[in-house]
Amino acid sequence: MNNIFAKRRARLLAMKAIRDNHAAGETAVTCPKCGQMSDRKLVAQELSVCPKCGYHFPIGAYYRLSTVLDPGTFRELNEKYPAGDPLSFPGYWAKQEQAQRKTGLNEAVVTATGAIGGHKCVVGVLDSRFFMGSMSAAVGEKITLAIEYAGKNHLPLILFAASGGARMQEGILSLMQMAKTSGALARFAEKRLLYVSVLTDPTTGGVTASFASLGDIILAEPGALIGFAGPRVIQQTIGQTLPEGFQRAEYLEEHGFVDAVVPRIRMRETLIQLLRLHEKGGHT
Amino acid sequence: MSNSLSAAQRVAIARNPQRPNISDYIDALFTDFFECRGDRLCGEDAGILGGVALFHGRPVTVIGTRKGKTLEENLKCSFGMPNPEGYRKARRLMRQAEKFRRPVLTFVDTSGAYPGLEAEAHGQGEAIARNLYEMSRLTVPVISVITGEGNSGGALALAVANRVLMLENAVYAILSPEGFSTILWKDASRHDEACEMMKMTAPDLLALGVIDDVIPEPDGGAHLAPAIAFRQLDRALRHHLAELDRERGAALAAARYQKFRRMGAAAPQKETQ
Repeated sequence: MNNIFAKRRARLLAMKAIRDNHAAGETAVTCPKCGQMSDRKLVAQELSVCPKCGYHFPIGAYYRLSTVLDPGTFRELNEKYPAGDPLSFPGYWAKQEQAQRKTGLNEAVVTATGAIGGHKCVVGVLDSRFFMGSMSAAVGEKITLAIEYAGKNHLPLILFAASGGARMQEGILSLMQMAKTSGALARFAEKRLLYVSVLTDPTTGGVTASFASLGDIILAEPGALIGFAGPRVIQQTIGQTLPEGFQRAEYLEEHGFVDAVVPRIRMRETLIQLLRLHEKGGHT
Repeated sequence: MSNSLSAAQRVAIARNPQRPNISDYIDALFTDFFECRGDRLCGEDAGILGGVALFHGRPVTVIGTRKGKTLEENLKCSFGMPNPEGYRKARRLMRQAEKFRRPVLTFVDTSGAYPGLEAEAHGQGEAIARNLYEMSRLTVPVISVITGEGNSGGALALAVANRVLMLENAVYAILSPEGFSTILWKDASRHDEACEMMKMTAPDLLALGVIDDVIPEPDGGAHLAPAIAFRQLDRALRHHLAELDRERGAALAAARYQKFRRMGAAAPQKETQ
């Protein structure tokens, strides 16, 4: 057993090394929250969480998948689905190409099938490095295709949100992805299949106001910013400073919108528990 | 129809404080309106007005965002920016419509959902998401009319409809042009430019397949001769309702979902240069 975990950790480290944005050779990482330096290997062992204060660093979609999926089970869905420019928005293609080069992603979401603790499932992960994880038409379409794939194959669905909201450059067509993904989930629910939504930093705007808020179970990473309107807009509107911890995962839990705040290091075991609890329905 | 107006000009007309609001539409198009208040959870939000009324003698559920015409009215309804309680009231009324097999007619005129501390604490995002989810399943006809501004998820939360109609000078967008230019360029003064780029006018959205019909307005805007706008809208509502009446409930839900399912699918391939 130890051997398996060791292997897994080794794999995670390897993935992280590839995906991490830090310059190669750098041995220390500075936490933006507590400002303390930590050994890079130590941070990696904690799945990119500050060992000093528990700050969860933003992580890429593939790395996220490697932290929850059983080794060797990952199979990407619609990997080649093309990014679009439906409104022919000036300068948008160039910016997309730049983001593609920087991240190695086609778009802001990766969807895949895989197994978690032996439970086969469909997992989608938004990547905040690509246009702040915003929902473009392609992102909405890929998520919808993943929901439909899970429905067709009777698999549970897990979506990790990390998004600034709808993609501005695709205007109203981005907005319509909210209706599309929510409607797809309504159809998925008719099949009595489990949908777990995991809210990570940040989950805001049109993503909060659509699929991210519709999980049977809603989990959140510690400290994640979660809300519909951005804190700056709210502050401008009400003209007063916002309370400490406002719109953070713990605040959402307190206000009844999140089932549990789950640290990254415990996310995989929590998902395994949930998948096991929903494996058999019981009453017919 | 006047096709010569720029997008920015239409935004100005759409925001004219004298433009007919939900109460005007209810008075003009319906009889026997009974207002239903409260979300049955914890609150009542005046930012959304809803109830039951007769449309040419037939019971319908009417729901709309509410903008006031005076400062006092506007303070009560947060200038037409609904709170979660409003969206949840809307959802309650839609379920009621489903139970009594009444068509749902919604009127949208909002600069967006209210961005407030309590609105967030009460789950603004969840309230909107749940409306999108449930509206996609309704088995009665749903027609939405964008009458003024339709901005962001706060507008869409009442507009997952079998037919989305727009008044000629109404605008419908991902957010306000000011917000858009601030986010993209950190410069709210590029408002007019943003208006053009956003494809937010009725003719643009009809071409994109986001809306289904455009309701002509009198020259200069609906506020100059409201009776003409009401007559045009009445005719369109009767026409679309008659069409939807021919379909069965399950088919209405399926067609409504498929309409949104197609939007933005098969994004155009990147041009090779």
